[in-house]
Amino acid sequence: MNLDEVVLTFIAESRELLQNMEDTLLRIEQSPEDEEMINAIFRTAHTIKGSAGLFGLDYIVSFTHVAESVLDRVRSGELRIDGELVAVLLSSGDHIGGLIEHLAAGGGEPSAELQENDRKLVAALQAYLHHGVANAPAVADEPEQAYTREGGDGVETDLWHISLRFGRDVLRNGMDPLSFIRYLCTLGDIEHIVTLLNNIPPAAEMDPESCYLGFEIGFRSDADKAAIEGVFEFVREDCEIRILPPHSKIADYLKLIAELPEEDLRVGEMLLRCGTLTESELDAALRLQHGKGKDAERPLGEVLVEAHMVQPPVVEAALDKQKQVKDHKNSEASLIRVDADKLDQLINLVGELIIAGASTNLIAQRSGEADLLEATATLSRLVEEVRDSALTLRMVQIGATFNRFQRVVRDVSKELGKDIDLVISGAETELDKTVVEKIGDPLTHLVRNSMDHGIEPAELRVARGKPAKGTLKLNAYHDAGSIVIEVSDDGGGLNKERILNKAIERGLVTDGENLSDREIYNLIFEPGFSTAESVSNLSGRGVGMDVVKRNITALRGTVTLDSEEGKGTTVRIRLPLTLAIIDGFLVGVGNAVYVVPLDMVVECIERAAWENAGGDGRYLNLRGEVLPYLRLREHFEVEGEPARRENVVVVRYGEHKVGLVVDRLMGEFQTVIKPLSKVFSHIHGVGGFTILGSGEVSLILDVPSLIRQGADSQEQQMVAQV
Amino acid sequence: MEVHVENGDGCCRIGVDGELTIYTAAQAKESLLAAMAEAGEIEMNLAHVNEIDAAGLQLLALVKREAADRQQSLQFVMHSQAVLDLLDLCNLAGVFGDPVVLSSAIH
Repeated sequence: MNLDEVVLTFIAESRELLQNMEDTLLRIEQSPEDEEMINAIFRTAHTIKGSAGLFGLDYIVSFTHVAESVLDRVRSGELRIDGELVAVLLSSGDHIGGLIEHLAAGGGEPSAELQENDRKLVAALQAYLHHGVANAPAVADEPEQAYTREGGDGVETDLWHISLRFGRDVLRNGMDPLSFIRYLCTLGDIEHIVTLLNNIPPAAEMDPESCYLGFEIGFRSDADKAAIEGVFEFVREDCEIRILPPHSKIADYLKLIAELPEEDLRVGEMLLRCGTLTESELDAALRLQHGKGKDAERPLGEVLVEAHMVQPPVVEAALDKQKQVKDHKNSEASLIRVDADKLDQLINLVGELIIAGASTNLIAQRSGEADLLEATATLSRLVEEVRDSALTLRMVQIGATFNRFQRVVRDVSKELGKDIDLVISGAETELDKTVVEKIGDPLTHLVRNSMDHGIEPAELRVARGKPAKGTLKLNAYHDAGSIVIEVSDDGGGLNKERILNKAIERGLVTDGENLSDREIYNLIFEPGFSTAESVSNLSGRGVGMDVVKRNITALRGTVTLDSEEGKGTTVRIRLPLTLAIIDGFLVGVGNAVYVVPLDMVVECIERAAWENAGGDGRYLNLRGEVLPYLRLREHFEVEGEPARRENVVVVRYGEHKVGLVVDRLMGEFQTVIKPLSKVFSHIHGVGGFTILGSGEVSLILDVPSLIRQGADSQEQQMVAQV
Repeated sequence: MEVHVENGDGCCRIGVDGELTIYTAAQAKESLLAAMAEAGEIEMNLAHVNEIDAAGLQLLALVKREAADRQQSLQFVMHSQAVLDLLDLCNLAGVFGDPVVLSSAIH
C-alpha cells in the first residue's frame, strides 16, 4: 500500500466519522445521558486524532486533542451535554472537517481563516475544560487516586517503560515505525531510547522492505496507559508492544526480561540504559527470577489488578477494545469499499453484454433452432438479473442525504429564531448514487427557502391559528420509474397575486394572460425571480430557484410546486432512478425503431377502436378520459404511408398522460442508454440512443419533453380557439 | 535515489542522493552493497539524503555492520538534516560513532 492511498483512506474515513458524529450530536440533545452515544462521539475524536498523529498532521492533532479532552470530561460525567455544548461540538466537528478538506486539497500550513477559527473554538472548548459544571454528578477529583499503583517493592524510577518489537511487515503495510515514536513524543518526553539493530540479518538475507527494528524507551508522561497504548493502536497487530507504568513491581520487569526475544542480560542492560531500572534493582530482579508461576490458573486480569500491576481502567479499556475489534470485524465482513470507477466500468460492461445478448437472441430467432432458442432465453434471463444486481450496487438510500438536513434545519432555525421540526419519511427509498450526490445542493436550497420564506414567525403562526412550531417535511417515494422527493412546509404558502404582479413587472408574462394556479406558482423557477420583501442572508436574492430547476433538469428530472395560501407549500422533484440502463418498449414507425422507457408505458391500444368518429384527430376518448395524442410519424417527419392499423402507446409521466401513435408495437427490450453527441442537443423529444441486436441504431424517446410539447401545443390551440 | 561512487587515494567515496525510504530500499540496498565491494576505506556522504525512514535507517545499520564484517572502515559524513533528525530520534549517533556536525539551529 502506498502512503498516499493511506492518507486518502484516512480522509475518506474521517469524513464518514465526522458525519456519524454530527448525526449522533444531533440526536444526543434529546437523550443527553445516553452513554453509548457519548462514547461514539468520543471515539470519533479519538480515532481522528490518533490517525492524524500517525501522519504527522499536527494541526489536526492539536485541535482534536482539545475536543477530545472536553469529550473525555463528558464521558466521565464531569460535564453534562446541553444545547450550548452541542453547538460548540458541532462547530468543532465542522472545523475538523475543514482541516480534513484542507488536507484533501493538498495540506500544508492551514489558512489564516482556519487558524482564526481554530483559536476561537479552542477558546470555547477550553472554557469547558476548566470550569466544573455545577450540576455535574459528584466524581472523585482525581480518578488516578482510586487505586494504588505501586506496592512496597516498586522501583524508583518514575518513567514508563515501553518495549517495541516491530513485525516484519510493518513497512510493507505503509507504516513507518518512526512515526509512532514521533507521535509518542506528543504525549510526553522520551528520556532514553535504545534502538535495536541487531535483529537485522546478514546482508544476503536481509530484505530491505522488511522491518527488523525494535525499541526500548524510557518515557516520561502524565498520560495514562490507555492513552499510551492508543499511540500504537494501528500497529497493534503487527508489533509486540509491552508497556510498564512508572514504579512497576520488579516482578513485572522480570517478566518483561523473560518475554523479550533477546538474551536476558542484554535486555537488562537495555533497561539500565533506558533509566528504567537501577543497577541494584536489576540485580534483585535477576535474583528473583526463579520464584514465580503460582498465579497461572487465575484469570489474568484479576491477577494483574490484584497485584496492582495494571490500573483497573486499563483492563476495562482492553476488554472494551477487544469487543470493539470484534464488532469492527463483523461490520467489515459485510461491507467493502469499492472504487466508484470500477462500478461504472462494470455497468458499462453489463451494457455491452446486454447489446451482445440481444444480437444473439436475434440470430437464434432467425435460425429457428429450438435448442438454441432455449439457451438464449436462459442467457437473457441471467443477463437481466446481472443487470439488475449491477444497478442495485449503485443504489443508495436517500436517508443519509435527508439526515444531513437535521443539521441544516437546526442551524437555520436558530439563525432565524424560528422553532421548526423536520419530519423525514421514505428514508429507505433508493436511488442512483450519482443522483444522490447531485441532489444535495438543490435540496438544501429548497429547505432553506421553505424555512426562510415559507414558515412564518411564531407570533404570526399563532395569530393564524396554527401551532407555534413549524413543520418541514422531507419525503421520498418511487413512482413510475422515477423517484419523487417532496419538500413541504406548513407555512404561509405562496401569494399568487404577488407572483403574478412581479412576473408582469419583469415581462415574463403579459397582463391578461390566462394562467392556471400551478403555472403561476411555477413562475418562481424563472431566472431572477424573487418575491421576498426582505433579502436575508439565507435566500431571497432571486438566485436559486432557477438554479435548482437547472440542476434538476440536468439530471433529466423535473420540479413542480404546489401551494395553498395560508396552509403551506410543497415542492416535488421527480428524478429518473438510474442514468444508465432501462427497460425499453420498442415501437416502429415506418422503417425506424424507437424505444420508450417501459416504466412510463401504461397501456397499448388500437387507435381506430377508440377514436371518436367526430374527433379532430388530436384526442382520444379513452374510457371517458380525454387523451391527447402525438403522431410520432409527424413529429419525427418519417416518410411513407401510415400503417393501416395504427397503435397508440399510452405513456404517463407524473400526472400527465399522452398517447403516442406508432405503426407497430415490437415488444420489450433491455436498453443501454448512450448519450447523443452535443450536436444533437437541440433536438427535443430524444433522450439518447441505443444499439439494437441487429446492429441498428434506435432513438430513445424522452417522454417528459414529448409530453411538454404535447401540452404546449394543446394550450396554443386552446388559446387560438378562445 | 542515486548512488555515486568515486574511487581515489585508496578511499571510496559514496554519495547518496534523494530519498532513503521504503520506496527505494530494495534498489538502495543493492547499489550500496555493490559500491562498497570495491575499497578498504569508505566514506559515505549523506548530505543529499532528503528523506529517510525506518527502512533507510535499517540500511545504514546494515552497511555499517557489513563493512565491519569485511574489515572495511566505513564512515558516514556530512549528514543531512533529515538523517540527523533520525539519528537524534533513535539515539543512534553514538552507536554509529561518526562525527556529526551539529548545526546551531537544532540545539
